Amino acid sequence: MTVWLTILGLAATTVLVKAAGPVLFGGREPHPAFLRVVAMMAPALLAALVVTSLFADGKQLGAGADTVGVLAGGVLLWRGRSVVLAVLVAVVVTAVLRALV
Amino acid sequence: MTSVQPSFAAGVRLGIPYAVVGFVLSMSFGVLARQAGFSAAQAIVTAAVVFAGSAQFAGLAVLATGGTAAAAIAAGTLMNGRFLAMGTALAPSLPGGPARRALQGQAVVDSSWALANRGDGSFDRWLLFGTTVPQYATWVLGTVVGALSGDLLGDTDRLGLDAVFPTFFLGILIAELRDRRSRTVALLGAGIALALVPFTPPGVPILAAALAALLGLRR
Repeated sequence: MTVWLTILGLAATTVLVKAAGPVLFGGREPHPAFLRVVAMMAPALLAALVVTSLFADGKQLGAGADTVGVLAGGVLLWRGRSVVLAVLVAVVVTAVLRALV
Repeated sequence: MTSVQPSFAAGVRLGIPYAVVGFVLSMSFGVLARQAGFSAAQAIVTAAVVFAGSAQFAGLAVLATGGTAAAAIAAGTLMNGRFLAMGTALAPSLPGGPARRALQGQAVVDSSWALANRGDGSFDRWLLFGTTVPQYATWVLGTVVGALSGDLLGDTDRLGLDAVFPTFFLGILIAELRDRRSRTVALLGAGIALALVPFTPPGVPILAAALAALLGLRR
């Protein structure tokens, strides 16, 4: 019951959160400063998502084999290689490190 | 309306690499969900109706450690907080009345939103829709595979599957770092998030990192 309740609740809040922006802020000509802030939302939010998934475990900060693996994948991404290759390398490096340690 | 088709098709093509990675990511969700006590059907329905990776993993983490449904929903919803910022950004690029706009907003996932971002504050909505389509298909499919074959895969940590999620988002991020300002904002956003981790519930650090975008107010 807890699981179904969670699924329905999360589905409902996700729909509402995704709808809120377009419904509340639509249909008007945006201010240029607003657009400049908007353009900066992606780097801010994505960087936060990456570092928290890399260095946060609940409320603890730390790093592990996955951190090294993702950094290896990051080097490939920085050099313009595909996201599929980068993910593959990240997974393999992480798995190998865990097998060794 | 003449540019609808090419843009949508281009979006589908752009979405395919992310769809491949999404398959692996949602497969690991399927495996972890079974381990946390979800039935296969529950895992698959989650992927199909929630379709938001970070929220699903956050909610699952709460349930796996014995949390209540309310706590799991709260954690997942906070992770989704960034869609509020993304939807606000997207709003001026969407036509139609409230219902149509709300519906179009459902197509937003991180990669489609970032790829459809023209960099001048406007968005190519058909590219966004196109990018999301293959990702939704493989998201559901990956969970089906993970939920049904979880016992064969065993411990996903040992397989390094937890490295998929951050690398996926790193790929989207690097594509966004077009100029000096965006790199500064990314560093600041990362700093805000890490500084808050020890003090706030998961999800809040990411939402708060949106404040770094205020650097865009400077000319």
